Amino acid sequence: MEQFAPVKRSKDGQPVRYLIVDDSVFARKNLARMIETFGGQVAAEAGDGLTAISEFDRTHPDIVLMDITMPQMEGIEAAERIVQQHPEARIVMVSSVGYQENIVAALQRGARHFVQKPVKPEVLYEVIKYVLGDDGAVANAAGAGA
Amino acid sequence: MKMELIQPFINAADAVLSQGLQGSTKVGNLTMEEEAYRRKGVAGMIALTGDIEGRIILDLEPQTAVKVASHYAGTELPESDALIKETIFELANQVVGNAISALNDQGFHFRVHPPLLLTSEQGDKTSEDTEALMICFETSLGNVFMNVALRYNRKRLSDHAAVGA
Repeated sequence: MEQFAPVKRSKDGQPVRYLIVDDSVFARKNLARMIETFGGQVAAEAGDGLTAISEFDRTHPDIVLMDITMPQMEGIEAAERIVQQHPEARIVMVSSVGYQENIVAALQRGARHFVQKPVKPEVLYEVIKYVLGDDGAVANAAGAGA
Repeated sequence: MKMELIQPFINAADAVLSQGLQGSTKVGNLTMEEEAYRRKGVAGMIALTGDIEGRIILDLEPQTAVKVASHYAGTELPESDALIKETIFELANQVVGNAISALNDQGFHFRVHPPLLLTSEQGDKTSEDTEALMICFETSLGNVFMNVALRYNRKRLSDHAAVGA
């Protein structure tokens, strides 16, 4: 997999910490692998919306990558609840269901961005940088390819 | 079966497989199937209800599923029933999700049901208005078969037409 210039937290230079939420272990592994190539760190994983809320409270990640269709509680509702409690939360919806209504609903309820599956690493990388804004900094790294 | 219903699924499968596996995918044989579905490897089915009704089956040899999962994870994964099922379900979700996004933006609305594992060797016979199309995608990790059987829900469509008139 392509290696990217690491994106660090600008306040302390530490790796960006992610919460990955997807009911598919397979999809979580795939995202975790991408995050590693961005120089990030997986703070926690969750397989449904309810667990996502408790894992957010426990780990306070910099970014949440949230699937939409999940058991118990869907991603859009979980995103809304997290943002109600933590308005600063940066949530990126990651779903194969990418029609307009879904995207608009997610953004209206607090998500910052939307990435359609299958996730292209270069697209996710750009979205991460955009969502972090001034709170993220691209570090120079030997061998970085992007 | 109407090609405009099937084409989004072919495009979606092509995109999911070629992007996910980072290699070229060739659309191989396309065949109409009027007889009952015969499973080739491990098969996952997703049903659709609404303006368009029917089902999509994704069918892979277990070894192909393990290779796909290992490719995504970036490391060799041991074969297990759970891993194979998970891989097929995620691929099926991605294909159907991408296809219905395109159809939804064209004005079709439907419900996507959770994937089911097909365990019997043979599935239901298709009916007169829902004959199935079987498409083989040749990938670098093995063949992936997709069986699509869909039809317009005439009642829903006529309801829409009545509302729109």
